Amino acid sequence: MYRYDEFDHKIVTERVEQFRGQVARRLSGELSEDEFKPLRLMNGLYLQLHAYMLRVAVPYGTLSSKQLRQLAHIARKYDKGYAHFTTRQNVQYNWPRLADVPDILKDLADVEMHALQTSGNCIRNITTDPYAGVSADELEDPRPWAEILRQWSSLHPEFSFLPRKFKIAINGAKEDRAAILFHDIGIGMARGDNDEVGFRVYVGGGQGRTPMIAECIREFLPKADLLAYMEAILRVYNRFGRRDNLYKSRIKILVHQIGAEDMAKQVEVEFAAIQKQSDSLKVPQKEVDRILAYFAPKNYESLGEFAPETEEARLADEAFARWLDVNTADHKVPGYRIVNISTKPIGGIPGDMSADDMDAVADLADKFSFSELRVTHKQNLTFTDVRRKDLHALWKALDERGLASANISLITDQIACPGLDYCNLANTRSIPIAQEISQRFEDADLQRRIGRLHINISGCINACGHHHVGHIGILGVDKKGVEYYQVGLGGSSDNNGSIGKIVGPAFARNEIVDAIGTIVDTYLDQRVDGEEFLDTYRRIGLQPFKETLYDTAQH
Amino acid sequence: MILRNINNRFEFVEDNFERIEDDAPVPATGAVLVSANRWLEEHDALSGRAEPVGVWIEGDGDLEGLGEKCAQLELVALRFPVFKDGRAYSQARLLRERYGFKGELRATGNILRDQLAFMERCGFDAFELDERVGLEQFNKALTEISVCYQPTGDGRVPVYQLRAARTPLEQTRATA
Ligand code: HEM
Ligand code: SF4
Repeated sequence: MYRYDEFDHKIVTERVEQFRGQVARRLSGELSEDEFKPLRLMNGLYLQLHAYMLRVAVPYGTLSSKQLRQLAHIARKYDKGYAHFTTRQNVQYNWPRLADVPDILKDLADVEMHALQTSGNCIRNITTDPYAGVSADELEDPRPWAEILRQWSSLHPEFSFLPRKFKIAINGAKEDRAAILFHDIGIGMARGDNDEVGFRVYVGGGQGRTPMIAECIREFLPKADLLAYMEAILRVYNRFGRRDNLYKSRIKILVHQIGAEDMAKQVEVEFAAIQKQSDSLKVPQKEVDRILAYFAPKNYESLGEFAPETEEARLADEAFARWLDVNTADHKVPGYRIVNISTKPIGGIPGDMSADDMDAVADLADKFSFSELRVTHKQNLTFTDVRRKDLHALWKALDERGLASANISLITDQIACPGLDYCNLANTRSIPIAQEISQRFEDADLQRRIGRLHINISGCINACGHHHVGHIGILGVDKKGVEYYQVGLGGSSDNNGSIGKIVGPAFARNEIVDAIGTIVDTYLDQRVDGEEFLDTYRRIGLQPFKETLYDTAQH
Repeated sequence: MILRNINNRFEFVEDNFERIEDDAPVPATGAVLVSANRWLEEHDALSGRAEPVGVWIEGDGDLEGLGEKCAQLELVALRFPVFKDGRAYSQARLLRERYGFKGELRATGNILRDQLAFMERCGFDAFELDERVGLEQFNKALTEISVCYQPTGDGRVPVYQLRAARTPLEQTRATA
């Protein structure tokens, strides 16, 4: 993975000192909370319902075991002994004290981490496919470009006060595992003429109260032009994006208003003008090569595809076999597998992990996966390079700590926003709903019978819990001060991105989990061989679900 | 009060420009600051003046028509209606980098100390402030971050070019 050089170190260290000064000015009263707000937001520090919340950037979701240990240390020393992995591959602390934050940032800087641009109206952490670099269906590894984008966007003087926050995701594989269609800018690796590999650029996707699917504005962009093209998009947005209404200021609204075609035209004009001005936005090939080298394939052993000890264990141990099937994925190198570690045990809080578990995972990464891991946008962790013959040992170690939940992409692998337990904008709680659904579908065989099914829960229309793209999406609404839950079906954030449709009137707190049960039963009744939930829904539509849901609710 | 960057240090200087509202006549003598629209409309008369002319552009103003002619101006004042409104950063870069404006580029409106460095990197070299406060603070704000990742036309070399210019030995040391 990428390592800082003296320049990266310097910029982050100077930034920590700068923020230390800003916090001191706040604590001394020189700055009011209003004046301090934009400064803390530039450093990922939010004010929540009960306390400050610090969001730490995990650039494109990649962590070393050393970094994970430091995150555990921070959780122990400055927080309540746990941390939260987010849907944007970051880490959050829910209870830091303001006076401690500069020291936390210093501890982060010691392991080449920071909280830059994890909030505020700037370019946020660049996200990518958690399987980047190791999946078999990949055109090229997007991480070097994510790193180039990280550097370019860090403290960008022109784009630090955009109309609204700005999220970029990049994906290099055929399967979109980075939800690029739901980002302000989505970048996919593509092949152009002469087999040259470059980028396809989408713009204007997003969730929130106006969910939109991004549109392609550039079929093929040569790699060397990436930064100039990004700068063109951002400049058009910075100049012409709306600033009069918080809810209409994302780039998706601009794209929607003027149309993708016109947007593409404006960007092309700006892009051409930038290119004409100078070529200083072309990253020198030598520097590209330097960054590429950090992402070179690991020192893989040449192994057979088949590992007898693993096959034996699979036959002997049903729980292990289930975990193998559900939580591991194909690796491009024979004899290796990708392993997912679920942060979603039955009844747990999706994305939360204790400091002790983080330490344990770090040790296992050292032992089994080249001392690296990834955070996924489903809030789980991934070991990308595990030898097939080590799988049983790894599983046993995880299982001993309760970290071997075999539920990746199953019904209990839910995304839930913090909701009313933490968030001052919430209509409803989200976490307890996720916990109850998880308990209801605890049975491992039932989960597998149901198959791939994403339930996403947001406590209000801001959609932090991605309810629009859940196969089943749950949205908390307020009905005269009472918590209600609206249900949408058929959302998806993969290659065929779609936005869920509301199934009917919202459910009360004591009805919602049963309603999910009814939806699942209806699907199981209706599905034909080999279908997943989304296939069945796309075939039969909302109506059968409406019938069973509102029938049952009346009796 | 105008905070001016003079040889990479901030100093307070007097504002020599008189701001003339659109409905007031332009005096025959003295440096004047007029709205961009007025300057474009009364271009012939104003460009005949012996003494300096500058223009101000409101936060939502466009550079349409003005960019190409900006070399004739001594001063362009761009406004930050609130600190969160970052349009003037783009306008500043366009004036400097695309249209080659060499005169004074002045930031007005809601200017926070902690944004000075961003403004400066985008090409501003003068800042209109209410009072003569915190000169040291302002100068510190300019130097707090000494490395930059992006080229912006302020002459500072972005990190990727510094790296590419390194010798192999320097390269090894840097990552050791
Ligand atoms: C607890 C305090 C939180 C508050 C007050 C908050 C507030 C918001 C608001 C206002 C939006 C809508 C922005 C817009 O549409 O322009 C939003 C979107 C979003 N938030 Fe949060 N949020 C919080 C926590 C979180 C957490 C913990 C996560 C991650 C697990 C998160 C992830 C997201 C995501 C992914 C979106 C995006 C949808 C999009 O931009 O397309 N938020 N949040
Ligand atoms: S979706 Fe709403 S309730 Fe949930 S975290 Fe976001 S703002 Fe808060």
